[in-house]
Amino acid sequence: MLSEKTKQKILALQKLYPEMRSALIPALHLAQREAGYLSVETQREVARLFGLDPNEINAIVTFYDMFFEKPVGKHLIHICKNVSCMLRGGDELMALVCDKLQVKPGKTTADGEFTVMASECLAACDRAPMMMVDKKVMGPVKDEDIDCLLAEAKRGVSDA
Amino acid sequence: MPEMRILMAHIDSPGQCHIQTYERHGGYQAVRKAIPHIPPEEIKEWVKESGLRGRGGAGFLTGLKWGFLPQERALPKYLVCNCDESEPGTFKDRLLIERDPHQLVEGIILSAYAIDAHLAFIYARGEFFEGMAKLRVAIEEAKEKGYVGSPILTSPFSLEIILHPGAGAYIAGEETALLNSLEGFRATPRLKPPFPAVAGLYGKPTIVNNVETLCNVVHIVNHGAEWFKSIGKPKNTGTKIFQISGQVRRPGCYEFPLGIPLREVLEAAGGMLPGRQFKACYPGGSSCSLLTLSDLDISMDFETLMARDSALGTASLIVMDDSADMVKVAHRLMQFYQNESCGKCTPCREGTRWMVQVLARIEAGGGTYRDLSLLQEVCSSMAATSFCALAIGAAPPILSAIKEFKQEFEHYIRKNPRADETPEMRISYPYQCL
Repeated sequence: MLSEKTKQKILALQKLYPEMRSALIPALHLAQREAGYLSVETQREVARLFGLDPNEINAIVTFYDMFFEKPVGKHLIHICKNVSCMLRGGDELMALVCDKLQVKPGKTTADGEFTVMASECLAACDRAPMMMVDKKVMGPVKDEDIDCLLAEAKRGVSDA
Repeated sequence: MPEMRILMAHIDSPGQCHIQTYERHGGYQAVRKAIPHIPPEEIKEWVKESGLRGRGGAGFLTGLKWGFLPQERALPKYLVCNCDESEPGTFKDRLLIERDPHQLVEGIILSAYAIDAHLAFIYARGEFFEGMAKLRVAIEEAKEKGYVGSPILTSPFSLEIILHPGAGAYIAGEETALLNSLEGFRATPRLKPPFPAVAGLYGKPTIVNNVETLCNVVHIVNHGAEWFKSIGKPKNTGTKIFQISGQVRRPGCYEFPLGIPLREVLEAAGGMLPGRQFKACYPGGSSCSLLTLSDLDISMDFETLMARDSALGTASLIVMDDSADMVKVAHRLMQFYQNESCGKCTPCREGTRWMVQVLARIEAGGGTYRDLSLLQEVCSSMAATSFCALAIGAAPPILSAIKEFKQEFEHYIRKNPRADETPEMRISYPYQCL
């Protein structure tokens, strides 16, 4: 169940736009921030707030990369796999992070702390090889820095 | 040639994100000068006269685009800033909004005033957390100072700016797909015409301009069209933020007048990595043809690169040295287009997948010589029949890699002992999930 506070925020967002449906993507961000992911139940709740069929919501959730239908880790690690990063060791960075966390790309660690995802270009190619941990862009990531960056992420430094 | 920093003049100044510092550096002078003292039509005329071309990739004349708006002032019009920067190799808009967000806000105010829009949107890619936070503060500060809101300064003109997050979709950078996304739908492109200037957001006349384009308007209003035209070369006026990534010493953003030779852009980034030679680069993001060693003196402008069958695009150079594997590069890029194809039209949805499968087979050592002509056939039919520019952009990076570095593809194909008997690659189902 979405909290009353989030629901109120969503209703306020709806009033911001000339047409309330424009608030749908920002609203799904809010819902996901609270619930961690967008379960069928959460999607239904959002659908009710917008007076839309739940299928309409699902069409949006399944289209955009930032929305999750299944639970993900407490922290998200996006590692860029596009060419600019690949040319500077992006694949090796992915392998190393996965090795350290004992997890496969696209999966969540056993303790539920991290989900590691291969990402398309995140517009920080000057920092290749780069990764984004929660909201924080990191790079160029050196092998020896990874432990420290992951520990920071665990403490929630990148979440702010 | 030394850098010519106009848009990037203050990106390294501490505190530039705050309005006091921005104003101390001459910020909001253009707004004070223009609103309400200069009629909107005149600003439109300046922008037209300046020859400013859109910085989002297509290079369309900004003044001409604005001119497509219907003349009736009674109609509501919208200005949408395209900040969905997702083209591989492109990272200038991130820099502009994270390091000098007020410059964009000022550009939006001036442009909205010029086209008579009272509501403007910034559609920022959802992953731009820091940039959005900076913009949010900048818009609030501008409101407190009376530059945004109702009314602005002493004029009857009013403007609200809504910062809108995307949610991860390359195709949302296509302007009509962006409008669908902004309306709360999937980011799929719309049929054109009608163009957004006639029927855009909510069916109303809408101008969609890139971040860098709007930032340029500030300086055109401050210094005039003649000044702007004196920079760069005819038809390619002003400066451009070149973004250099890949195998160079100092990847980053470098601002130069349009028309600078490729060689000098590379030099600005410190040249190649120690002991390495330049091999090739995509000059305008990934959706264009490769430039090679023989192109080092080419002028980095819209016309010259188009005549070379490539494109200036977003002026994002992805640079490769002699260690780069072009088959891997081509394969990786096609995976990108496959992942980002919106699925609306069959040629792009199926064509990109098919090509990924062919390229994967070549890279795995199971390819055939026929695969190379097959890639060319799929590329050309895809580019000829797809709904929007995504698939058109997916073809040149692959075709040019095959054209310029055919021996590398053949090297992989020779690894297949049965290359002559291997049947033609058909698209296979279910799709591999990448």
